[in-house]
Amino acid sequence: MTTQARFPAVSRLLHWLMAPMIVAMLFIGVGMAASVSARYELLVSIHRPLGMAIFVLCVIRFVNRFINPPPELPDTVPSVQRFAAKASHIVLYTLMFIMPLVGWGMLSAARYPIVLYGPLRLPPILPHDLTLYAWLRDLHTGLAFGKCWSVPDNL
Amino acid sequence: MKLFWFEAGPVRSGGVLVRLGAIGAVMLSVAGAFAYVGGWLSPVRLTQDRMMAAFEDANGTHAGFRRNHAKGVCVTGWFESSGQAAALSKAAVFRPGRIPVVGRFALAGGMPFQTDAPATVRSMALRFLLPGGEEWRTGMNNIPVFPVNSARGFYEQLLASSADPVTGKPDPVRIKAFLAAHPETVRALPLIKQHQVTSGFANSTFNSLNAFRFVDAAGASVPVRWSTVPVQPFAADSAEPSAAGDKNYLFDNLIAQIAQHPRQWRLIVTIGQADDPTNDATLPWPAGRRQIDAGTVTIDHASSEDGGRCTAVNYDPLVLPSGIEPSDDPLLSARSAAYARSFTLRADEEHEKPPSAVTAREVQAGGKS
Repeated sequence: MTTQARFPAVSRLLHWLMAPMIVAMLFIGVGMAASVSARYELLVSIHRPLGMAIFVLCVIRFVNRFINPPPELPDTVPSVQRFAAKASHIVLYTLMFIMPLVGWGMLSAARYPIVLYGPLRLPPILPHDLTLYAWLRDLHTGLAFGKCWSVPDNL
Repeated sequence: MKLFWFEAGPVRSGGVLVRLGAIGAVMLSVAGAFAYVGGWLSPVRLTQDRMMAAFEDANGTHAGFRRNHAKGVCVTGWFESSGQAAALSKAAVFRPGRIPVVGRFALAGGMPFQTDAPATVRSMALRFLLPGGEEWRTGMNNIPVFPVNSARGFYEQLLASSADPVTGKPDPVRIKAFLAAHPETVRALPLIKQHQVTSGFANSTFNSLNAFRFVDAAGASVPVRWSTVPVQPFAADSAEPSAAGDKNYLFDNLIAQIAQHPRQWRLIVTIGQADDPTNDATLPWPAGRRQIDAGTVTIDHASSEDGGRCTAVNYDPLVLPSGIEPSDDPLLSARSAAYARSFTLRADEEHEKPPSAVTAREVQAGGKS
C-alpha cells in the first residue's frame, strides 16, 4: 500500500484548513439561528467573516486544482464508488462556492450592512428586495443542510 | 477530498462491521451535537422559534406582519447633526451635516389591526443612512424604562399576559406568578405608569431604553442612552379620543400633522457614569446626568407600510456605525435575534399579507380613515 499517489502538499493544506472551517460554519449557523442569548451576536459576528474566508479559500482551491491536479483514485475502487466520490465532490465544491455568495446576496437583499470586522464591510451585491431575501434565506438554510450530508462524504 | 482510502485488499467481515460501527458512532455523535446546538434536544432552552411561538400564542397569526410593533406607518426625513456629540463618538452621523433618515412609528404588540389607545406603548424606529454605506438603526419606545431585563423575562411576560382561552383575558394567577419571579418588573412598572402619556406620536419622547457605548477617535468609550425629544409642545392625552370612531386616530393625527408641516425631535444623548447600570434596561439612570443635544431629526413625509420605505427594513438595534457599540445589555442580542427571525418569517409570508391598518389611501387622504 505504499505505491499510492498522495495529494500535493498545497492541496492537503487547503483541505485541512477548510474542513474545520466548514464544519464550524455549520455548527455556528444552526446555533445562531436558534439563539436569543448573547451568543447570538457573537456567532453572527463570526459567521460573516468566516463565510467570506471560506469563499476566498474556495477560489484559491479551485485554481490550485488546475495547478496541482489530484491523483487518480486507486484501480481497486469499484466504479459505483468512483461515481459517488466524484459526484459528492462536485456537490461539495459547488456548495462551498455558492453558500457564501447566497449569504452575501441574502444580506444584500435585506439591506443588512455586511460587516466583516470593525469598519471592514462588503458592499451589497443585490437590490433591496424582501421577496428576494426570503428566497435566498430559505436557500441558505436548504444548502446548509445539503452540506451537512455532503461534508462527511468528502472527509 | 478523499485523503484516506480504505485499504484495498481482502478485509475480514468482522473488520468491516467494526469499521462501519465506528463510522456510525461518529456520525451519530456529530448529528447529536448538531441537534444539541440547534436546541432540538433542550425543550426549556429559549430559542428564536419558541420566542416566535410565544408571540403567536399571545397575538394570533398575522401573516406578513412584524411579530411585535405590528401596527405602524413609514416616515422619511433627515437628521441634522449639531456636531456636539462628535467629541464622544467618531461615528460619521455626529459630524456636522445632514443625512437621510427612514423611520417607522408603531404601537407595541403583535396585533396589526389593534385599535389605537393612549396606554399602548408607542415606538419610533429610525434608520440613519450614513455616507459610505454605514447605517445606524434604533428602535425607541415612549416609556422611561423597559419592563424586563432579559430575553427570558420578556418571554415569560409574553406568556403570562396572553389571553386565557376560556376567559379571553390574561390569567391573574399567571401574572402574579410572573411578577413574583421578576422583581425587576415590579420595580419598573410604577415608573412606566408614572410617565405622562401625550396626545400623540408627534409630541412623544422616545427612549432607547438599552444602553450603548460611544467610542471616540482615540478609542475611549462612555456608556450612553439616547432619546428623541419632541420640539412639538406637550399636550396631555385627552380622554378616549378613539370613542369618536377612528381606530387609527394616533396614526391619522400624525399623518395629518406631518402633511401640514415637518415635525421635529432633538436627539438627546445621556452620558452615563462608570457605575450606572448598562446591562439592565429596567433601571433608570440617576437624574442630572450630562446630556448632549446631538442634532435634530426632521420628519417631513409619511406613507403606508404598503409600499413604504420602512417595510423591507429590520430595525435591528445591533446595526450600528463605527463609533457606536453595544453595551453588555443582554436584551440587545435578544432583540437582534428575535427581530431577525420575525423579519425572515414576514418576508416568507409577504405574498399572503393583507393590507396594513393604515392604508396608502388613508395616508393620501391626509390621515382620514
